[in-house]
Amino acid sequence: MTVTPVTATSMTESQRRHVRAYGDTTGDGMVQLSFTLPVAPGPRAEAAAALFARKMGLDPALVVHAKGIGESFTFFVVYGRSGVVLDLDEVRVEEREYPLLPPKEINLEIRSRLQRRLVVVGATVGTDAHTVGLDAICNVKGFAGEKGLESYREIRVVNLGAQVDADELVRRALAESADAILVSQVVTQRDAHLVHVREVADALDRGWPRERKRPLLVVGGPRFDPASAAELGADRVFGKGTTPRDVASYLVSALGEGAA
Amino acid sequence: MTAVARRRNLLRLDPALVRRARRLASQAAEPVVELARTHTTSSVERSVLRLAGLTGADAEGIPWVNRLVDAVRADVGLEHGVAVPVFDALLTGDHVDVSTLAQKAAAGGVHFRVPTGRPADRARRAAKRAVGAGITRIDRNRQTRERMIRRLGDPPKPWIYLIVATGDIHEDIPQAQAAARAGADVIAVIRSTGQSLLDYVPEGATREGFAGTYATQENFRLMRAALDEVSGELGRYVRLTNYASGLCMPEIATLAGLERLDMMLNDCMYGIIFRDINPQRTFIDQRFSRQIHARAGIVINTGEDNYLTTADAVDAAHTVVVSQLLNERFGLEAGLTDAQLGLGHAFEINPAVPQQFRLELAHALLVRELFPEAPLKYMPPTKHMTGNVFFGYLLDAFFNLAGILTDQEILLVGMMTEGIVTPFLSDRDLALENVRYVRDACSGLTQDFVPARDGLVVRRAHEVLAESVDLLEKVAADGLFEAIARGTFGVTRRPADGGRGLDGVAARAEDYYNPATEILEAVAR
Ligand code: B12
Repeated sequence: MTVTPVTATSMTESQRRHVRAYGDTTGDGMVQLSFTLPVAPGPRAEAAAALFARKMGLDPALVVHAKGIGESFTFFVVYGRSGVVLDLDEVRVEEREYPLLPPKEINLEIRSRLQRRLVVVGATVGTDAHTVGLDAICNVKGFAGEKGLESYREIRVVNLGAQVDADELVRRALAESADAILVSQVVTQRDAHLVHVREVADALDRGWPRERKRPLLVVGGPRFDPASAAELGADRVFGKGTTPRDVASYLVSALGEGAA
Repeated sequence: MTAVARRRNLLRLDPALVRRARRLASQAAEPVVELARTHTTSSVERSVLRLAGLTGADAEGIPWVNRLVDAVRADVGLEHGVAVPVFDALLTGDHVDVSTLAQKAAAGGVHFRVPTGRPADRARRAAKRAVGAGITRIDRNRQTRERMIRRLGDPPKPWIYLIVATGDIHEDIPQAQAAARAGADVIAVIRSTGQSLLDYVPEGATREGFAGTYATQENFRLMRAALDEVSGELGRYVRLTNYASGLCMPEIATLAGLERLDMMLNDCMYGIIFRDINPQRTFIDQRFSRQIHARAGIVINTGEDNYLTTADAVDAAHTVVVSQLLNERFGLEAGLTDAQLGLGHAFEINPAVPQQFRLELAHALLVRELFPEAPLKYMPPTKHMTGNVFFGYLLDAFFNLAGILTDQEILLVGMMTEGIVTPFLSDRDLALENVRYVRDACSGLTQDFVPARDGLVVRRAHEVLAESVDLLEKVAADGLFEAIARGTFGVTRRPADGGRGLDGVAARAEDYYNPATEILEAVAR
């Protein structure tokens, strides 16, 4: 057997750009998958799983584990080869559209642009009672080693906590003359998060006087797609792992645009 | 074996210090108990009507118990209790039963009064008879449970506790049955998001919950019947759990007794801290609901594990112990026995902390030895569960091991999808496989587990106990309401006058009468 060592330098441009899933050898296309079918355990279930996997594009598809869950369900683990070849040039990522600034600079920017403190009003709306994510962004304690928005001298934070009604949030934002409304949503079952965010957008449409400058609607939570802002009627959507500095930097740049 | 293991005194806790901790907890609890003894709430009064047999709801889905309590309140206030005004109206007017009275009252057709003298005595007797029937039903359910356990057998400890939460009771039932067949001993139907804030209990079978299924009397009944069916098939009694919390804590507790639920989440502070329910309302509701649980033979589960999702599990370990001592005190005062106190705690230390597992063992063993007779409920990691389901599965196995090793009695099954979504059917099945393996592979390992006398486990347990006593000193001196307002538990501040539901609280008048409390306290004391 002859072995041709493949090194990074010997990879062609096309090999770097076009990739397959990696099991243990370049180009093997191997993936692992698990799922359940509402089919009674037995040979028919296993054959159904293999067919299912093939229809997902795995060929060959090895059903390596099948286990009945009660009488009418079977759980499977499948290893198989995916034919997908990815052209990395087709990959699109949501680029951060604003520069990430250090806190000092953020404070300076706010002062020079607004000549007053920037006001944010935050809440977890609807029936969602999760506050840890919102607090991570807002409270001094912060997240991932970064201090929260409260620690910025030029930002005034009104954190309303959880289970806040959309109209109430808008009323408070109006009373505080908010520049931005921060909405957190963690529970996603039956799309509760999307429903609640749209409620806030609607409440803003209804309750915000036309003559007043509309605040930015900033949404966050672990299961949001950052690309979904327009669809939700929000100005910006943040996903999992967001840090306070991300949010502060965004606010400065977005408000700057408005002022300019 | 289990009881012996618990009395092994592996940590050599100082009995005088433990006594002091309990004394301080009683001291801190006393003013709060006094508040509960001298006040009532709209939900306590609605529970009285539920026990008297009032069921159903109007066309808008608002239960008749709400309509009737509101009508009485509008005429004479809550401070006398609703029993006497309602039964007085029933005896003096021409209403067939409480249901028709409620319907007429809702339409504004009844005027309530607070009778004195003979009419008052008669109303009290009639109310007590009606409520007594409800309590008899609770007693019968308790006997049925005991009989079924004798006939079918009780599973060995630890009981494997599993949550089902599709939002649809008809989807929950087959999943719960599947889980029982796969080894679950306790099925918990977690409630829909938002139910805690409803000031009424929805009616009927429901199919549209968010991340949980509504707690309703009909859902309770359907699920209990389904579990009775599998219990018979499996030859072990499968227990059913739900959540007595939120604005309707006493009513949900009552319905649990009426429909033979077996365990209930019931924490003296959870609603305050995690749902922003008014502290006074919660403590008053909590006492009545526990009196009902005591009578129903229901094991309560407390919610200290939750503190560790907002606070750090190492820094705040002592707040868990302090809260357990308070929950124990409130529970015993309400008539629960030690065997009904499923005190909660959790495996929530960040796995990146060096020697995390040894610290977890220290905390778990401390709780075990502080509460030797309590059926402790041990909760799996949640906060540090991420999208890495493979690592999550490993962490859950370590949790299971800690639970077995320290002789916890109710093990909540950890889900590898905790950090992502409510679990798939297969996630539950895999989780049960994990617990079953650890339980069987490590069966009896408790006997071999003797932590070194000056080892980390023993030292850490002593440290947490000492911090707990210090904190209890402060709580007893400043008052529990003040401690809660300062953010002592779950680093969440809740002032005594804030939150939802304070408007449902009333100070009891001299002539306050509650037949349920009278019956329940006659036995308790
Ligand atoms: C802690 C916790 C709780 C605590 C909450 C305490 C509190 N005060 O917040 C308690 C115990 C009370 C709780 C209750 C429930 N929980 Co819970 N909980 C969790 C847990 C373990 C951790 C969540 C957390 O704190 N993460 C840490 C923070 C820092 O992360 P984060 O929220 O993602 O926030 C970050 C980003 O998303 C972003 N972000 C978040 N918000 C915002 C807002 C803005 C403006 C911005 C810019 C950014 C941003 O920035 C943050 C920092 O990076 C998760 C499981 C898990 N491991 O994730 C379940 C989880 C979130 N809970 C869940 C559920 C279902 C519930 C209940 C509904 C269960 C029930 N039926 O009773 C109840 C809630 C009832 C209600 N009314 O909401 C589910 C949600 C499932 C889903 N996807 O729908 C999860 C995923 C668990 C599960 N697998 O079932 N829970």
